[in-house]
Amino acid sequence: MVVNREGPILVEGPVEVVGDDGTTTRSDRFVVAICTCRRSRAYPWCDTSHRRRKPAGPAESRPDDDGRQPEKSEEEPRP
Amino acid sequence: MTTQATTPRDSPAAPPALPPARGPLSEDVLAALAGSGTRLPAADAVRRSDPYGDDLQLLLYVLYELHYRGFAGVDERLEWDPALLGVRAAAEDVFLDALRRGAGQGGKNVAEAVDELQLEPVGDDGHSVSHHLRREGELWQLREYAAVRSLYHLKEADPHLWVVPRLRGRAKAGMVAVEFDEFGAGRAENVHAQLFADLMTDLGLDARYGRYLEAAPAQALAVVNMMSLFGLHRRLRGALVGHFATVEITSPPGSRRLAEALRRVGAGPAAQRFYDEHVEADAVHEQVVRHEVIGGLLEDEPGLAADIVLGIEATGHLEDLLGDHLLAAWREGRSALRTPLKP
Repeated sequence: MVVNREGPILVEGPVEVVGDDGTTTRSDRFVVAICTCRRSRAYPWCDTSHRRRKPAGPAESRPDDDGRQPEKSEEEPRP
Repeated sequence: MTTQATTPRDSPAAPPALPPARGPLSEDVLAALAGSGTRLPAADAVRRSDPYGDDLQLLLYVLYELHYRGFAGVDERLEWDPALLGVRAAAEDVFLDALRRGAGQGGKNVAEAVDELQLEPVGDDGHSVSHHLRREGELWQLREYAAVRSLYHLKEADPHLWVVPRLRGRAKAGMVAVEFDEFGAGRAENVHAQLFADLMTDLGLDARYGRYLEAAPAQALAVVNMMSLFGLHRRLRGALVGHFATVEITSPPGSRRLAEALRRVGAGPAAQRFYDEHVEADAVHEQVVRHEVIGGLLEDEPGLAADIVLGIEATGHLEDLLGDHLLAAWREGRSALRTPLKP
């Protein structure tokens, strides 16, 4: 098992994860990336949501699909 | 006498038909492949052509395709024809020079280039196809996107396999582990190319191999030609690894947006599954590629660092050109393809 502070826990598959509600999720992959940041929409698997974000280009930046605003709020109306 | 496979024409393994030419260079090469011509383009003419233009990109594409599935009616021995390989080498020089120019000044180290790939822009910078499709993509645009991407996804992971004999140790083991997953981990129904064929069928597209070559713009051919170029040349093994890392690292966020786009337009479950699978699989693959494949290769051959960065930056460069082409057409409400899709 590989534990990385900024990323998922990597475990050799196959893996079964038992969630808080008692449901079991299984993956047969050779290595499985288990989410530790709790932001994944594919939880318990990592979907890379732990990544750091950078502001988009100022000209056309819009809030992203999580509704997070760019750090520099220079949003313009949509063309 | 010609050597041709005897695959039945309606078999899923049947090779596609040769596409129409897109200029004088590809015209001569296509005629040579069809056995109806013997004149080949002069090296000068190849050197003068537009590196990212339709003519040169199609020429390269059909010559590379001889190493994958070939074309119906083309002598299989032409894969190793010295005269055709000479034309290909001249075209590759032009293409690789353009990629080096487009990739930027260099000077970045591998860790910086890889870190940049992992930085997700907050919000849409206006150049992202997956953001556009997630937010406002229409079904016809998603169908065009799938047709364009089918050039690669129906041979997904194939060009990357060529690098395996050129690696050793951790890099080789990591590369093969990821490739095994790409090829369905022993299950034919899970081969990623098959998942993509299922997506195409869900979208009402023709899922047979190579059917959208004629429709695909030069920018889409260039993306696949780059993989073939890096894969087929041992001297470019570092660039192949850098390219592969870029694909795996950037895939999960983009795939999630594409899965959402497909859900929003009501595409079927197979269409969504392809991208859902890529979110989860590539979140694993990127870890293995960064730590084992890039890490292992740099340990063995530190001199390849600049080539790994070239592979990363050339991939970003060509993806930007393709994305700009698609978005420019779609924002004007017109097709981004050379020939329209059947409804």
